[in-house]
Amino acid sequence: MTDIFGVPIAVLLGQLLLGLINGSFYALLSLGLAIIFGMLNVINFAHGAFYMLGGFAAWLLLSSLGLGYWETLVIAPLVVGALGAVVERLFLKRLYRIDHLYSLLLTFGIALMLEGLFRHVFGAAGKPYPIPPSLTGGINLGFMFLPMYRAWVIVASLAVCLATWLAIERTRLGAYLRAATENPSLVQAFGINVPLMLTLTYAFCVGLAGFAGALAAPLYQVSPGMGSSIIIVVFAVVVIGGMGSIGGAIVTALALGVIEGLTKTFYPAASSIAVFVVMVLVILIRPSGLFSREA
Amino acid sequence: MNSTTATSSLTAPRRLRTTGGLLLALVAVLMIGAPLAIYPLFLIKILCFALFAAAFNLVLGYAGLLSFGHAAFFGGAAYVAAHAAKVWQLPFELAVLAGTAFAAFLGLAFGTLAIRRHGIYFAMITLALAQMIYFMAVQMPFTGGEDGIQAVPRGYLLGIVDLRNITAMYYTVLGGTVLGLVIIWRTVNSPFGHILSAIRENETRVTSLGLKPERYKLIAFTLSAALSGFAGSLKAIAFQLASLVDVTWHMSGEVILMTLLGGMGTLIGPIVGASIVVGLEHFLSTSGLPITFIIGLFFVVCVMMFRRGVFGELKALLDRPRA
Repeated sequence: MTDIFGVPIAVLLGQLLLGLINGSFYALLSLGLAIIFGMLNVINFAHGAFYMLGGFAAWLLLSSLGLGYWETLVIAPLVVGALGAVVERLFLKRLYRIDHLYSLLLTFGIALMLEGLFRHVFGAAGKPYPIPPSLTGGINLGFMFLPMYRAWVIVASLAVCLATWLAIERTRLGAYLRAATENPSLVQAFGINVPLMLTLTYAFCVGLAGFAGALAAPLYQVSPGMGSSIIIVVFAVVVIGGMGSIGGAIVTALALGVIEGLTKTFYPAASSIAVFVVMVLVILIRPSGLFSREA
Repeated sequence: MNSTTATSSLTAPRRLRTTGGLLLALVAVLMIGAPLAIYPLFLIKILCFALFAAAFNLVLGYAGLLSFGHAAFFGGAAYVAAHAAKVWQLPFELAVLAGTAFAAFLGLAFGTLAIRRHGIYFAMITLALAQMIYFMAVQMPFTGGEDGIQAVPRGYLLGIVDLRNITAMYYTVLGGTVLGLVIIWRTVNSPFGHILSAIRENETRVTSLGLKPERYKLIAFTLSAALSGFAGSLKAIAFQLASLVDVTWHMSGEVILMTLLGGMGTLIGPIVGASIVVGLEHFLSTSGLPITFIIGLFFVVCVMMFRRGVFGELKALLDRPRA
């Protein structure tokens, strides 16, 4: 039994692994989107651009400062997060009181600006980023070859997702956050600095996107368009999962990555639209999304 | 889209009406004489985008639905019209009709799906659905991939007027645009249009009056999609080209900017916005400045500083009672 429907099992597992990796990136991004939406009531269109920024930060730190992979993995998200904090303080903050379609349009504009700027400065072509020496090579599992870096990507992103989830569900700070989502003025009345909390939340989630971008740099090339191509798929993921639950967002993201991988194996022509087809089905069957709390 | 766009034609003062009438007459004279002074193909581009933005404004400005996927209708119809004219060798009118019908059908399908969710989700769903159309356009053989459908024959208007003559093509597109704008104007000022605005302001209340908001939204969305397709079809035939550019999400964003910049929820606004954006791009294309960056900058400035748009601010200025 080495073939499934005419596809060698090693190829199938390879595509599943790729799907799982894509799924981990979707998870990191949709997690951030869901938290930002829950706290700030903002759909952050710029999330993809911040992901791209993370990738470029990693590439720039390596190529101009010669910093290693591990330092980069810490610094890139911090840089992106700091920029996010500036965006929140300067722009988003002023839009909380009006229709949230405006904040969507604002972040869309910011995404266009970032993408346009990077395309202008660095060109449209991808920039290669080498896999760090400590993570080259791979493990032979007997039935397939598992490259080390890919295994690391899945482990790292799942660990970060899980830690974020635990921090929100189990810690005191997380409890404040959840309370502020329900009733910000009451939480503020208890002496908690809600505006600061909003800024930090936005910065943190955008930092997660930057982390994903830095993590993705050695796998895919770093290019100005990498953000906009992933953000639309992540939107579909968010529509499918519904933004009510963080755990739901992670599970949906991984599942859709795997579905995409499977489609690539059995019917490659449809792989780019697989997620969207699932979205259509979910809207027809369960309009509010799989894990949503809204009616 | 609450208070900022609340002024409907019902509350518009008479002074504005007369000013508007005079302005309209002036614009009509200018548009008829324009090909003498300006390159007609550039004018055709402005007209097509003005109609596209006005059609888009029907859902954003009047029904309060932010669609992020209107490029699918515009660009999708362009492909169908170009294919109909080139491969099926249909006459001009039927090719445009085929494109429009396709967009209407697509709009009905998108609308049925997206209207099941509200607000922000509506935007994300339309964006995702349009991206699906984009990927299909990339892969399907009849669209010609990166090359698009080129050298589309323009044909003859009513079998008589040769549209290879650029001036004849211009007046045909002008006629089509005016027809589309009249349809939008009639729709907005009909009881149907008033119910749409009511849904935008307070959907629950409209439901409590015994009306079905979903049905109204779906009709408006389909009409908007059909008119966007009409604009796209005209553009494809006039430029003899249907390409991937018109189905990208950038295009969906651009039409939002045109409407926002000109003033959403007004009839003239989107036309003003379309002229500004098309003119700006024309100017920038030779300057070497990054267009995407500047379009994004316009978005940020519009959202932060003048949400009523150019025409909306002007209207507010005229509406203000004199001291």
